Amino acid sequence: MNANIRRVGLLMIVLMLILAAQLTYLQVLDAGRLANDPRNSRTFLRDFTGPRGAIIDAAGKVLAHTVPSDDEYGRQRKYPLGDLFSQTVGYQSIVVGSVGIEKEYNDVLSGRDLKSVKIDNLGELLLDKDHTANVVLSMRADAQQLAKDTLRGQKGSVVVLEPATGAIVAMYSTPSFDPQPLAAHNPREVQVYFDFLNADPSNPALPRAYRERYPPGSTFKIVTTAAALDTGIATPETDFQSVKSFTPPQAGRPIENFGGRSCGGDLESVFVQSCNSAFALLGVQLGELFPPQMRGFGIFEAPSIDLNPGAVVSIGPPEGSFSTNKPSFALAGIGQGEVATTPLQMALVASGVANGGLVMTPHVAAEVRDGDGRILRTIKPKPWKQAMTGATAMTIRDYMVQVVDRGTGTAARISGVAVAGKTGTAQSCETCDPHAWFVAFAPAEAPRYAIAVLVENGGSSGDEATGGRVAAPIAAKMLRFLLGL
Amino acid sequence: MSVNGSALRKRRRDDELKLGALALVIVAAGHVLLALSESPAFPPDLWAFLGGILALFVIAHLAVRRLAPRADPTLLPLAALLLGIGYITISRLDAAAGAADRVGPTQALWAAVGVVAFVATLVLLPTVRALARYRYSFLMLGVIALLLPLVPGLGREINGALLWVRIGPLTVQPGEAAKVLLVVFFAAYLVDKRELLSSGSRRIGRVYLPDPKHLGPLLLPWGASILIMVQQKDLGSSLLFFVAFLAMLYMATGRYGYVVIGMGLFATAAIVAYKTFGHVQSRIDIWINPWQDLQDTGYQLTQSLFAFGSGGFAGTGLGLGRPDVIPVATTDFIFAAIGEELGLLGTIAVLIGFMLLVGSAFRISLQAQRPFLKLFGAGLATILGMQTFVIIGGVTRVIPLTGVTLPFVSYGGSSLVANFVILALLLRISDESAAEAEDDAATEEARRAIESAHA
Repeated sequence: MNANIRRVGLLMIVLMLILAAQLTYLQVLDAGRLANDPRNSRTFLRDFTGPRGAIIDAAGKVLAHTVPSDDEYGRQRKYPLGDLFSQTVGYQSIVVGSVGIEKEYNDVLSGRDLKSVKIDNLGELLLDKDHTANVVLSMRADAQQLAKDTLRGQKGSVVVLEPATGAIVAMYSTPSFDPQPLAAHNPREVQVYFDFLNADPSNPALPRAYRERYPPGSTFKIVTTAAALDTGIATPETDFQSVKSFTPPQAGRPIENFGGRSCGGDLESVFVQSCNSAFALLGVQLGELFPPQMRGFGIFEAPSIDLNPGAVVSIGPPEGSFSTNKPSFALAGIGQGEVATTPLQMALVASGVANGGLVMTPHVAAEVRDGDGRILRTIKPKPWKQAMTGATAMTIRDYMVQVVDRGTGTAARISGVAVAGKTGTAQSCETCDPHAWFVAFAPAEAPRYAIAVLVENGGSSGDEATGGRVAAPIAAKMLRFLLGL
Repeated sequence: MSVNGSALRKRRRDDELKLGALALVIVAAGHVLLALSESPAFPPDLWAFLGGILALFVIAHLAVRRLAPRADPTLLPLAALLLGIGYITISRLDAAAGAADRVGPTQALWAAVGVVAFVATLVLLPTVRALARYRYSFLMLGVIALLLPLVPGLGREINGALLWVRIGPLTVQPGEAAKVLLVVFFAAYLVDKRELLSSGSRRIGRVYLPDPKHLGPLLLPWGASILIMVQQKDLGSSLLFFVAFLAMLYMATGRYGYVVIGMGLFATAAIVAYKTFGHVQSRIDIWINPWQDLQDTGYQLTQSLFAFGSGGFAGTGLGLGRPDVIPVATTDFIFAAIGEELGLLGTIAVLIGFMLLVGSAFRISLQAQRPFLKLFGAGLATILGMQTFVIIGGVTRVIPLTGVTLPFVSYGGSSLVANFVILALLLRISDESAAEAEDDAATEEARRAIESAHA
């Protein structure tokens, strides 16, 4: 009988070893997936009942923090600045999830990202010190406030960033919304408010500065000019005939200059006057060379930004479509037709010129600090795209200075500082009023800030609106404030 | 009695005491760690706790020293360790639970009752072999215990299973007693009939098929396990009974034929049950894909898997995880709670504890000389091992989840008392076998002495 008993005993041991194997699978191999599964309520409980770091602006102003509450969660997330940062800092909601910085930096805020934890001694580790960290942004609350004030409720966006680092200083769009009700703990109230936001036809929940595309109009001529210079299609000396319009091949419809005027001259001249005829011609002359040059600026590729959800991709006429759709390339030359960009992307275009052709990866956070203020992680500047050669960037910078000095962008002049800019007045549809655009950077010789301003459908100016009249003054106010003038 | 015998007794009991001290140190450390996770101070009830567990262990130990001195020294410390880890986990879950749901004090009380039952078993049962004589009484008692929850007005359905009987303020699970009673019957019956059952005639390939007229004994446990599955909706116990019986039948006869036929019978029943009964089908479906109905039917199992994953290799640490979100964590899912806070290190440690416990039980069976003691011990070992496999396998998704307790670890009075009785029976078998071996050795010695005197 002993042999039989041994066999059954062996079977028991085999069964136990199967359990050990499965435990190893669950607790080691598959552990990461199980632990981070969004349906695992531990993640959720830790995020809403545990301590959570604050989100702070570049000047130390609190944008989001957690305070004690007397409900079953014990803690409540607060957004003291209301609608000023709802589209970047985002919110943390039990019912509708989290977005923005709150989502992107959830691991450090909730103390789950142990990589960023500095441990001084073993004692701290054993005492399970609170590992939550604060996220410090490069954004400034005062700049946000000014963007909000200067937009005066007109639908539109303001994006300001540092060309040398890609650090975003301001990114605001109207309309915005107060995130606080979404962070409430009563699911029904939250849902009602969320449905109300989504039912609003002006769509305040949409962060249009980086998640909505618009035709960029003449501001896109920066891209066309850079493409023409870098490919050798044009030189600064190229002379453009003075004409009223340009009719692209394959299409009967002429592309007219602004106000139906005649317009021509060398490259600087057509840039400063923003001649549609010349840039539509360049678009066709570039042909298949154009899309790859756009790609160099980051068109066709969403910029990676530390927000969640991130920026949407900006688009243009696809590669390989020139032979069948030449008019689209002509329109692309003047930032119309198939070209559609986010305000963030246009700020990046300006920053590329400002930064000698190099576009940096945009980022909203500057550093992660622990509760004692020690820096745990610095978000380092990272190059994104080489948009053009340094020489081309210099040339275009000079043209842009002329635009503000004597061209369409004179409203952006700041006394004592050379501003480089480009206006845009973009048709969005047959019957609607045009979008007013202005992109710029200053000081021109040593750029500290690059900016893109968009006022949808001309704002309160309606069909009278041009980029120079509506958007340039907003950019000037922002730059003057940021430069301390 | 020889000098060798008394040396063996002393060594075994001293080992038991030392191993027990080690188990108590681990449990006490767990208690302190748990308190430290809440506040940076030693638990105020530290001395009461230490005194309590020490008293329980010492009482059990002294009883063994006095009543079964030659018994195996590892079983009692292993049981103490598992019970202690279970108690720590239960009181940790209590800390997160509402006042009405706290079960720690009850479990402590049941542990005390368990020790009383342990001592009582040793006192009332000087020899295990005596049990064989009353095999049919045990069969009857076992069947009555199994059927008790089905008596109208007496049975109570909890969590969809009809396993409980209400006696005054207590709800007990007579199935736990039936487990032991039926193993006694099976062991006695199989030892009796094992010559007959082994005499297979027909052969298919390499497997001997038993004579059809001897298949009767297979059908009774088969019927009983179907009854449990259908009437009491208790898949776990059903599986446990049948596999334990099949294993005992195999150990008694060495015939794979029985195993093959038994598996066939069980598979047939399982397939019919799957097609016919909603609760069986739902268990299997959840096992195959627990993620598909995560909020409802798959909730328990997925919460358990999340707990294991969240624990990872080293666990969150006692008191630092969220095992309170696991449903029925003190009973069916206690192993998941251990997995979350103690990690793979903890679960493997507990698993090794069970391997040693079951292994020691098998060793006791192997060392016994009498066939009845051998088979009875092996049956008890199989019950312990299978029960461990069924519940841990269930909560880790190795097999479909069925609710049985994790021996000594889960909260539950009936189960704890039954397991203490099993422990006492195993120790009694061990002591009895060692005593017989001693007697044999003494007889041999005497014989040699006489022979040498003659020479």
